[in-house]
Amino acid sequence: MPADVTLSAMAARPRRLGARLSPRIAYGLAAPSVLLLVLTVLAPILVMIVLSFTSYRFGETGVEWTGLENYSQLVGDRTFMRALRNTFAYVAMVTPASVLLGLFLAVLIDGLGHGRGFYRLVFFLPVTATLVAMALVWKYLLHGSIGPFNLMLQSLGLPALDIFGDRDLALAGLAAINVWSLAGFNMVLFAAGLTSIPEELYEAAAMDGMDGKLDRFLNVTLPLLGPTMMFVIVTSTITAFKVFDTVAVITHGGPRGATDVLLYTTYLEGFSYFRMGSAAAMTVVFLSIMMIFAWIQARVLDRKVHY
Amino acid sequence: MTAAVELQNISKTFGETQTLRDVCLSVRAGEFISLVGPSGCGKSTLLRILAGLAPQSGGSVSIDETAIDHLPASARDIAMVFQNYALYPHMTVRQNIATPLRMRRLPAPARLPGIGRFWPGQSSKRRDIDRAVVEAARLVEIEPMLDRKPAALSGGQRQRVALARAIVRRPRVFLMDEPLSNLDARLRVTMRAEIAALHRRLGATFIYVTHDQVEAMTMSDRVAVMMGGEIVQCAAPAELYQNPRDLRVARFIGSPEIATMGSDELAAANPSFAQWLPRQPVLVAFRPEAVRLQPAPDHLPVAAVVERIEQLGPEVLLFLQLRDGNTALTARLAAGRARPWSERQPITVWLPLRNLLLFDAAGARLDSVPFKDMADAR
Repeated sequence: MPADVTLSAMAARPRRLGARLSPRIAYGLAAPSVLLLVLTVLAPILVMIVLSFTSYRFGETGVEWTGLENYSQLVGDRTFMRALRNTFAYVAMVTPASVLLGLFLAVLIDGLGHGRGFYRLVFFLPVTATLVAMALVWKYLLHGSIGPFNLMLQSLGLPALDIFGDRDLALAGLAAINVWSLAGFNMVLFAAGLTSIPEELYEAAAMDGMDGKLDRFLNVTLPLLGPTMMFVIVTSTITAFKVFDTVAVITHGGPRGATDVLLYTTYLEGFSYFRMGSAAAMTVVFLSIMMIFAWIQARVLDRKVHY
Repeated sequence: MTAAVELQNISKTFGETQTLRDVCLSVRAGEFISLVGPSGCGKSTLLRILAGLAPQSGGSVSIDETAIDHLPASARDIAMVFQNYALYPHMTVRQNIATPLRMRRLPAPARLPGIGRFWPGQSSKRRDIDRAVVEAARLVEIEPMLDRKPAALSGGQRQRVALARAIVRRPRVFLMDEPLSNLDARLRVTMRAEIAALHRRLGATFIYVTHDQVEAMTMSDRVAVMMGGEIVQCAAPAELYQNPRDLRVARFIGSPEIATMGSDELAAANPSFAQWLPRQPVLVAFRPEAVRLQPAPDHLPVAAVVERIEQLGPEVLLFLQLRDGNTALTARLAAGRARPWSERQPITVWLPLRNLLLFDAAGARLDSVPFKDMADAR
């Protein structure tokens, strides 16, 4: 009898649409996107991690399991360690410069009465340009003997600077190109952040005695740009870490390894020397660094921007 | 601590549209004055001009007979409470309240956020500021919340913080721009009483902008009704209700709205009214409590039809139509005197014939003086 009662109760219950689906249907609906995610993102990463424990060479049929050997070799590899150092130095130059320049441009343009759209467009143009093509232009502009930049220096009576031929300047030169292309993007992000600050807050600030632009900027604008700032710093760092095209087009890692960076070294290892196992290990290192950075920045900046 | 405010011929144009036309208003020292009017009447613009947040197109603002038009907002010794509180979301309540003092009393390097606190020689000033902050917080009863961020507070508490931030520097004039409009109805009633009490305690001049006539009527010494960029009438609340100088004021103040009808329609409803009305057509207005359901001296009967009944608890509103079918009339009566009327039921009401509120076609109030003459003539 009780079984009957429950049965009739279930039959009497109206069909619920949407609120409750049987797990089988729910998993079935999620399956296509899960499958795509696994096939296009997770599986390649997993294959790469597995490869990093082998001595696989491009074109070989056999694969030999070598354990951590690739990683232990990386630690002793002077080229790789130099690439790692160079990449960090590069990020340390590009991220602060592009973030500050982007913020500066955004605040400056925001304060304009006329021509905001024009200036935003002008500074955003580098973002839309192909960096490989622009790298060629920069290579010509900064060329040691025929570059207009050097001709200008010489006409002013200053010594010529062969930026991409100088071991001390080459990396900074590449960084400058990246700052140029990234600042416009950051500016647009900051401009969006600026529009979300309520005008009333500036009025309250005016009543409270923040007459100076600096007071207003430090007490209202900058703190309220916190969330934007965090996002801009993270994306800029990641972009800077991924530097590849300018190195590949302009310096090829030279002069004498001064612009060897992580991705370029990995690229050479995998697709010039065909040592896929070792290249995979480098990629794992690259990925780990990116994840650590993203995590640290999210943690540190999160605490300051939450209100 | 308190100051008289004088607005002389303030006008403001935004491009083609004129939002304020020659507004004149003198506020006595220590007075609580409300600017009330429908949205878009220019009351907030007027307040912002007074605060120094927007420049006027013409006219001048003075405090204690000194023109302040050239002064920036911060130098006017005026504090303002904003509709959306305008608290700094990244600062604690304590820092929010301290900001006006920090900006005024500390030298530039010492007010840098974060590193400013290491600037030497400011400890006594900082102690003073902190004491003033606690005192202001205590005045609006938010002392326990000093170390919270605004996001962790309710709307009412945020409004208190905004009040404390205005109080803390002891300005001579307080401006409030619809400070209660974001609060729920119950909280609005308590905050109304508290702001009125705060005004009495501080003794400063309060200029309060609202679109809510109840707020304006209950809190203020005087109410300035603004319509279409002008102050139509500025008077004490009771005076404004009983003696409106303009039909728009009569309609805006009082709920339910005052009933108006043409003198012809009134005379048609009961020809005896004709001798009490001027010969040219005018508008006659009746407050809901002027309409009676029993015969009374100096009242004349009019036939009407019940349209709708609203039970408000202590009283009942009776919405009526005169027999002609297009003249509305509202009666307010104590709940005990209500009878079970039904809709479309014919009913007789008595309207007063003395002290009629009469307006000409343009809406200007007509004095009742000639009617005394008419009464004498009778």
